[in-house]
Amino acid sequence: MIRVVLPHHLRTLAKVGDEVHLNLDGSATVKSILDAIEAKYPMLRGTIREHNTLKRRQLVRFFACGEDISHEPVDAPLPDAVAKGDEPFFIMGAIAGG
Amino acid sequence: MSGIRVLVGTRKGAFILTSDAKRKDWKVDGPHFAGWEIYHMKGSPVDPNRIYASQTSSWFGQIIQRSSDSGKTWETPGSSPEDLKGPDGMPKGESNMFVYDGIPGTHMWYDGTQHPWEFKRVWHLEPALDNADHVYAGVEDAALFESKDGGKSWNELSGLRQHDTGPKWQPGAGGMCLHSILIDPKNPKRMFIAISAAGAFRTEDSGKTWKPINKGLHSQYIPDPNAEVGHCVHRIAMHPSKPNTLFMQKHWDVMRSDDGGDSWREVSGNLPSDFGFPIDIHAQEPETIYVVPIKSDSEHYPPDGKLRVYRSRTGGNKWEELTKGLPQKDCYVNVLRDAMSVDALDPCGIYFGTTGGQVYASSDAGDSWNPIVRDLPAVLSVEVQTLK
Repeated sequence: MIRVVLPHHLRTLAKVGDEVHLNLDGSATVKSILDAIEAKYPMLRGTIREHNTLKRRQLVRFFACGEDISHEPVDAPLPDAVAKGDEPFFIMGAIAGG
Repeated sequence: MSGIRVLVGTRKGAFILTSDAKRKDWKVDGPHFAGWEIYHMKGSPVDPNRIYASQTSSWFGQIIQRSSDSGKTWETPGSSPEDLKGPDGMPKGESNMFVYDGIPGTHMWYDGTQHPWEFKRVWHLEPALDNADHVYAGVEDAALFESKDGGKSWNELSGLRQHDTGPKWQPGAGGMCLHSILIDPKNPKRMFIAISAAGAFRTEDSGKTWKPINKGLHSQYIPDPNAEVGHCVHRIAMHPSKPNTLFMQKHWDVMRSDDGGDSWREVSGNLPSDFGFPIDIHAQEPETIYVVPIKSDSEHYPPDGKLRVYRSRTGGNKWEELTKGLPQKDCYVNVLRDAMSVDALDPCGIYFGTTGGQVYASSDAGDSWNPIVRDLPAVLSVEVQTLK
């Protein structure tokens, strides 16, 4: 089971609590997690990555085990701790503004 | 008994203000979508319980919300189980999918270079006059989209953006937004739209082809002050009984056309400033119009710190200031282009919201004003529904 922490505004949009729990078919990657989130919560399509291009939205960041992995390949395997559910995968809104 | 519902979009959520026909005691409901920018909400003229909302965020992009119970509950259209069967097994989730038709091309950037068209947000939602599931969306970067399935999916009416003049369109300070959509009630195939800073356009064929209608506009701040396009039109308005007469608040100048936009003449008259954003028309008197003069494009607040609505009962040129109940000192708020609306009662009610979070209402056609609510987030849009 994968644990995902969404930013506040996407939690309210998807009407979910502090964590989202996902079961993935294959290995745990950024792409497989986002595919699973969008399948379960279609209202989140287009809010984390763009429609069509599937590029990460500019002010959205991904974190795993304390590391910013936003610029890593989306097919790269995530750390075991995230894949096993010991650590959550974080999707965050970048701190921007004053 | 009839009543009034005021739909208020703000920088930090949506609010719904309701009253009976006396328009004295108001209930404030909200915030809905707390923390999100709500650029616009509008109800269907066919089914007033059907309300569309444009919810946006610089972080998370565009969301379309829809209510079928007058704003009590909301959904992102197309989220029901039967809607979620895409051909590839993935859910559709397309209610926020605004994709330009074909290769988008470029428009002019602030520095005069060409810049790719990039979707940013929906500024204005205009439900059709005859079908609650049919709705238009004016977006930034400027384009017109249409949904015929209640907002579940959107298609661009690309004849507008692909007009020959498209590469000359340029963003205003607020972005290159399509902010006004007017549908001719006598001929719904005929529509008028306006873009900052391209100008006004008209279609006679439901949006397939478009004609710039900017003759008579004079904008001294652009290279050719009388250009076919490039004018910063802030708002256009039309009374349903006189669809050939249009009123316009341009960046500077209040304008009027009596030939469906083919030509315009200035009617700023004795206004203390002819810069401003909204313009609206009395529900029963098509020659009675309202503007809120703003000091200048550099200052964006009312002249002399006095918040004044100006009313012309002569379709322009002769204006009277309306001040009763409005702050007449130390007031430095703005009223944005989509933040004024009227009800259909008699006497006509006028409503506007400010960047300071006040929503003012007049139940006597502007003679006197009262704040419905004083301390909302900055108001982006105000729409009024008159309920039977």
